[in-house]
Amino acid sequence: MNTEAILKGYEAKEENLLYILHDIQDAAEEHNLTDSELKKVADFLKIPVSRVNGVTGFYSMFSKRSRGKYIIRLCQSPPCYIKGSVNIYKTIKEYLNISENETTEDRLFTLEFSSCLGVCGLAPAVMINDDVYGNLTEKSIIEILNKYQNLEE
Amino acid sequence: MDFYNYYALLYIDDSTVAAGVKEFEEILKRKLAAADLLNSVKVLETGSSGLKDYGIGLSVYPGDIHYGNLSTADIDEIINEHFIKGRVVTRLIVKPPEEQFRTSELGPQDVRLQNRIVLSLSGVIDPENIFEYFAEHGYEAIGKILEEKVSPEKVVGIIKNSGLQGRGGAGFPTGLKWDFTRKAEGNQKYIICNADEGEPGTFKDRLILEGNPHLVLEGMLIAGYATGAAKGYIYIRGEYDLSIKRMEKALSQAYEYNLLGHNLFGSGFSFDIEIKKGAGAYVCGEETSLIESMEGKRGIPRLKPPFPGTHGLKGSPTVVNNVETLANIAPILLKGAEWFRSFGTKSCPGTKVFTILGDVRYTGIVELPMGTTLRQIIYGYGGGMREQRSLKAVHLGGTSGAVFDESMLDIPLDYDSVRNHGGMLGSGAILVLSNTVNMRDYLESVLLFFKHESCGKCVPCRIGTARLYDMVKLLETSDNKELILNEMDKLSETMNKTSFCPLGQSLKFPVQSIHQYFGDEILRS
Repeated sequence: MNTEAILKGYEAKEENLLYILHDIQDAAEEHNLTDSELKKVADFLKIPVSRVNGVTGFYSMFSKRSRGKYIIRLCQSPPCYIKGSVNIYKTIKEYLNISENETTEDRLFTLEFSSCLGVCGLAPAVMINDDVYGNLTEKSIIEILNKYQNLEE
Repeated sequence: MDFYNYYALLYIDDSTVAAGVKEFEEILKRKLAAADLLNSVKVLETGSSGLKDYGIGLSVYPGDIHYGNLSTADIDEIINEHFIKGRVVTRLIVKPPEEQFRTSELGPQDVRLQNRIVLSLSGVIDPENIFEYFAEHGYEAIGKILEEKVSPEKVVGIIKNSGLQGRGGAGFPTGLKWDFTRKAEGNQKYIICNADEGEPGTFKDRLILEGNPHLVLEGMLIAGYATGAAKGYIYIRGEYDLSIKRMEKALSQAYEYNLLGHNLFGSGFSFDIEIKKGAGAYVCGEETSLIESMEGKRGIPRLKPPFPGTHGLKGSPTVVNNVETLANIAPILLKGAEWFRSFGTKSCPGTKVFTILGDVRYTGIVELPMGTTLRQIIYGYGGGMREQRSLKAVHLGGTSGAVFDESMLDIPLDYDSVRNHGGMLGSGAILVLSNTVNMRDYLESVLLFFKHESCGKCVPCRIGTARLYDMVKLLETSDNKELILNEMDKLSETMNKTSFCPLGQSLKFPVQSIHQYFGDEILRS
């Protein structure tokens, strides 16, 4: 769905801003919000572009960077930290050859850090798009990444 | 109604989904069909067992048999032995560790169910079927209030008498909060359910929403009636995918049966509820930030007073209650304030949902009376330390709470008593750290979190969180560690006195308590 169609579904009220941004980002091929889209939203809501930019930058679920098909959100909160999230980060980093906020060359994965995902009972945990994986080990995270890679073949 | 020989309850929540329960369910159903057992075994989905982290779990009734840590390879055996031959598969049974408790200290009753108020039906009913909630007195409290024309003053009075305090962290008396909004002038008033659970180590609200969404809706209805609000919002964090789906389903069912909408129970009282999805910001758990976020703005806190009770969403009187708080409402109205006061301590009645995490044998959530001690929870319900490690520290109440050592295991957990011991009960998170954890490293992970989540509105917090993070890094290499620790104490104290909202104000708890209890270790390293 393009931005114009998304905007049509909303009343032009500022309180809808977050939901509009969610929808546009979900529909975007690169899972991000670009300046030109933000301008359209600002015009639609009749508010300054700076305010739309401010909201986009404030919330961690929004991104202006172009992102891969699968967004890996690795929890780095203390409960995951004590269960070894640092090692999981190193493993992903080496296996996919990307650091925080980077995207693999094949545009398949983007690695981001996240605050608590609320599955601390399964720490360390990671969220890939809408799916949560827990009790990660250096071995299991690679198996999970392989699963996504195999989907593409 | 059809009758079955066996009812097999599968626990579906984010944890078990991550463990592959959906695939398990599909294969189980297929194999039951192949064995021609679909008429004698009923597979039901329910919310989280709330018990312990047992991977994929299946409970079979009658018999009250709990299987855990299942894999698809176990399905044949369960079908052939249990469902066909009626023989329990002992190998797969998991025994909740609190069973030991049940017989030794707390009497023969089922403690787990006895002490539950908000989780009493989680993992027992199918959260996606409103009839199962009806069967357990669901929507009876609001129905009774409306049909017997109980006055809003009286409803607020019952909540006041119950002594219920907000379960989000601050522990403010709920009845008083409602009274402010009830008395406030305004044509439009709002009820907001705060389900923006972002405190690391906390996932109780998620399990309540996933396990029994209608209980929260009924609490909101009652809050709406008591305060004169006609509109409610549930602000759920964007990452809680399953919670949002379950709640959407619950809402549509409630509308279908006229439990939401216009002129409920023919009383003239109307109430609508909408879901609002968050976008990832810890500070939005603070009520005024949450309101800002709902208005489509950056989630930064507002100056208080005026409080949301009189000037909240769109400037109108607004009650913001935590999920767990709202889940207590209908049971209190049904059973009375006295009943509620029979749980917990004198100053903090009721139960609290605690999350047990970290280096214990069993992680998970448990609902217990206020005043239960850390030792009871860690050793009784958490099963003690895992892999024979020894207990070093407990981070209590979430990231912004204090970190205690072993000497504090016997303090009763309620808002007042933890506060008197220099900490806070907060969200009820209990993160257990073993001797393998380096306390400086741990403090670094805590401060990294705050540095990232500070919203940037006020100077003390914006700069203070960044400076504290620099200082904890310096502790790694510096020759004068004592000076740095003292400076960190001072800075966090200043932040406590000058920060705009609880985020910056509460940093002193982890910083100063780690210095107090584990300063020696940091100095020696």
